[in-house]
Amino acid sequence: MSAWETVIGLEIHAQLATRSKIFSGSATAYGAPPNAQANLVDLGYPGVLPVLNAAAVRMAVKLGLAINARIAAHSVFARKNYFYPDLPKGYQISQYELPIVAGGALDIVLDDGQVKRIGITRAHLEEDAGKSLHEGLPGVTGIDLNRAGTPLVEIVSEPQLRSAKEAVAYMKKVHTLVRYLEICDGNMQEGSFRCDANVSVRPLGAHKLGTRAEIKNLNSFRFVERAINYEVTRQIDILESGRSVVQETRLYDPDRGETRAMRSKEEANDYRYFPDPDLLPVVLDEALIASVRATLPELPDQKAARFTRDYSLSAYDAGVLTASRELADYYEEVVRELPQEPKLAANWVMGEFAAALNKENLEVGSGKLPPARLAGLLKRICDQTISGKIAKEVFETMWSGGASADALIDAQGLRQITDTAAIERVIDEVMTRNPAQLAEYRAGKDKLFGFFVGQVMKATGGKANPAQLNELLRRKLGG
Amino acid sequence: MSDWHTSTLTQLAAGLRARKFSSVELVRAFLDRIDASQAALNAFISVTREQALSQAAAADRALAAGAGGALTGVPIAHKDIFCTQGVRTTCGSHMLDNFVSPYDATVVAKLRGAGAVMLGKTNMDEFAMGSSSETSFYGPVRNPWNPQLVPGGSSGGSAAAVAARLVPAATATDTGGSIRQPAALCGITGIKPTYGRVSRFGMIAFASSLDQGGVLTASAADAALMLREMAGFDANDSTSVDTPVPDYVAALEQPLAGLKVGLLREFFDQGLDAHNEQRVREALKLYQQLGARLTEVSLPNLPLSVPVYYVVAPAECSSNLARFDGVRFGYRCENPRDLTDLYRRSRGEGFGAEVKRRIMTGTYVLSAGYYDAYYLKAQRVRQLINADFTRAFGSVDVLMGPTTPTPAFAIGAKTSDPITMYLNDIYTIGANLAGLPAVSIPCGFVQELPVGLQIVGPHFSEARVLNAAHAFQRATDWHTRVPPGYA
Repeated sequence: MSAWETVIGLEIHAQLATRSKIFSGSATAYGAPPNAQANLVDLGYPGVLPVLNAAAVRMAVKLGLAINARIAAHSVFARKNYFYPDLPKGYQISQYELPIVAGGALDIVLDDGQVKRIGITRAHLEEDAGKSLHEGLPGVTGIDLNRAGTPLVEIVSEPQLRSAKEAVAYMKKVHTLVRYLEICDGNMQEGSFRCDANVSVRPLGAHKLGTRAEIKNLNSFRFVERAINYEVTRQIDILESGRSVVQETRLYDPDRGETRAMRSKEEANDYRYFPDPDLLPVVLDEALIASVRATLPELPDQKAARFTRDYSLSAYDAGVLTASRELADYYEEVVRELPQEPKLAANWVMGEFAAALNKENLEVGSGKLPPARLAGLLKRICDQTISGKIAKEVFETMWSGGASADALIDAQGLRQITDTAAIERVIDEVMTRNPAQLAEYRAGKDKLFGFFVGQVMKATGGKANPAQLNELLRRKLGG
Repeated sequence: MSDWHTSTLTQLAAGLRARKFSSVELVRAFLDRIDASQAALNAFISVTREQALSQAAAADRALAAGAGGALTGVPIAHKDIFCTQGVRTTCGSHMLDNFVSPYDATVVAKLRGAGAVMLGKTNMDEFAMGSSSETSFYGPVRNPWNPQLVPGGSSGGSAAAVAARLVPAATATDTGGSIRQPAALCGITGIKPTYGRVSRFGMIAFASSLDQGGVLTASAADAALMLREMAGFDANDSTSVDTPVPDYVAALEQPLAGLKVGLLREFFDQGLDAHNEQRVREALKLYQQLGARLTEVSLPNLPLSVPVYYVVAPAECSSNLARFDGVRFGYRCENPRDLTDLYRRSRGEGFGAEVKRRIMTGTYVLSAGYYDAYYLKAQRVRQLINADFTRAFGSVDVLMGPTTPTPAFAIGAKTSDPITMYLNDIYTIGANLAGLPAVSIPCGFVQELPVGLQIVGPHFSEARVLNAAHAFQRATDWHTRVPPGYA
């Protein structure tokens, strides 16, 4: 098996977060009743004409700048001609020979911590198609053209990915980036972010690419990984049995975890691309590019570098915290309240906070537990008002209610006991109540130390300062 | 008044404003002429009598209130390629026989805004593909000068209607000569403006990079008035040009003295009928007498315009007509078995032979392996033709020559040989490829059939071209001739 090398290139389709469609004034919002957001242009009525949405162009430029690509001064929309019921005009308006963005790159981090640069061949603007509906329509096919004309940017990578894991890491990187840039909501369930994977294998060390299969329309990171792994195994099996891989388009079936042939190269459409005469070439001048550049936010890699530098975080922590702009912003707001403890803040944001969000399937921006409230809790750990363990309990109460950490600590009497005399009193009581264990301990059974800690904690409701307790208990038990 | 039909559009608009007669009277008179001629000419696909009369009544109220626009109450017709809200818009095709447009083309909306009253939709070659108005699903249009002959095409219904004085003006479109050629064959005035001057929104596309809306009228002055109301930037058409529309009417009377006229050597070729040539040369002589200076110019790549056109136009049409698939509007075959059957039979039964021929040609020239040899090469030659025109306009103000090689030909004479038919547009296609404004005006008769003189100008020189046409019409009366039986 190790004699084969996997070669993968991804074509990622990101739906641009414009309010209206790329060539018409219809709204792009998700979830409207079928065809409620399809006007005469989207329906491809006789005589209608496309008018390019300037916001979509600016978003594509923003992406191009963020991946250090060339922004074309002159790009051209072309028609991709084929018949399909969800394609109202009989052609899709896309870009072919002259895309708006070409020659960029993104860095991904491999499992061993190495950084790998993945080339991005091009990114072009195009319109989405509608969709066919079959559910609840026996004997007929329904057509919903709400999605027809939704702006997409198709981001095409070089065939430089060498495993399903690398492909997923790259796709996640692009996903993070488009959300940072606020050009795509990244919602994969709604199809706002999806990809086609071109997969081939070749003997290790070979230069010539193997025959590829294109797996269409993968809309989750998990599916990308599984589909590629399945496909790689399938192709290696074919080659090792002496047969040849057929160039074809395949579909991934998530229920069965396999890819299936959709159409072969011979059956593929001849798209008869030609420049769309209804649209003028897109001409971008330096001033426009500069005005878009001015809107670029701090990018994920820049932010992660700053986090490791300014907050002394590990590369891993910085990577996790900057995976979404919202999480990074949240973290920084916590740190602003707690400048001395960036690592504690990181642990809590990545740990309890992220887990709680996950459990309830909430977004960072949901407003549940604002950063100042979390910081309020962490402050009480830092000043030893409560222990880390108690803090976790307080966190859970804070998560489901609106009270501040301080209010909860006071109301529930959770304040940590740091008064030596008070702790000593409890220790004395425990020792008195457990003479047998005390004797055993003193006879050399050191393991019983933990028993005494537990008893004291139980008696104080877990509030005894652990460090102090340890020290006092050891002295007392020692006699 | 019995001479309304021989009055110009300009005179009728003035008469309405002066309230010498009402729009309702005028519209009823023209509607009656349309009805009376329909069996002989077949110029109309739809006549919108009731709507026209109610619009006319509204126009009369506006005029009474002193609130009229430039064309208030004036009857016109639209080529059935322009979408008209609530009115069937067929494009001359079985495919759209049942299509009632839910919206108005920009041209239709603008003319209505100026007060014009639509009497109906005129017959045309199917999807504007033809030079004789014989490919219409609704039967051929006949030439008012001789019903055995074609009126030219594709705007043959509009041309026949204006020539027979069924309306004083009718909109039209010109992709390779579809305004100018029927204007010449019917003895009227037709202008194809600069590409981008008139919005294409709502004009059913044939070949998007060549299609341009314009107008057919009895005179250049009427064309100037109509075009002034039709032209202008439209945010719905990305290829429309955002430059101000000059007052073409005000520019009509400028003196011609010193006008530099280029005689297009390539237009006086062996295909040009000798009698046609004679009429055109007489017209050029008259221009000289009016103060123009004539020089011969050569556009060496112009003879390639027909082959270039018959690559570019079919390529674009093959894509533009893909939307007629039986799914959302238009003709759908009976009981389709499956999707492929729905496509095949809806399109197979909905389109006529010439449309299919061009879709197939266009599909072929765009196919993988042929694109470079045909489409790309044609685009390169198109650039050369453009450059030829640009060079010529460096030394002359306008170019003149014949509009067509021959006068009107017999119905059926060229239908079996598409190449012969295509060659009828040999003198008109160049202006489409280069996006230039061009007019055709009547300049005499050959055996009682009108002959057209073509005037081509640089981009956005409509005012100059119309001015030159108007000066000729002040010195001649060819444009006032009405076919016998329609006078």
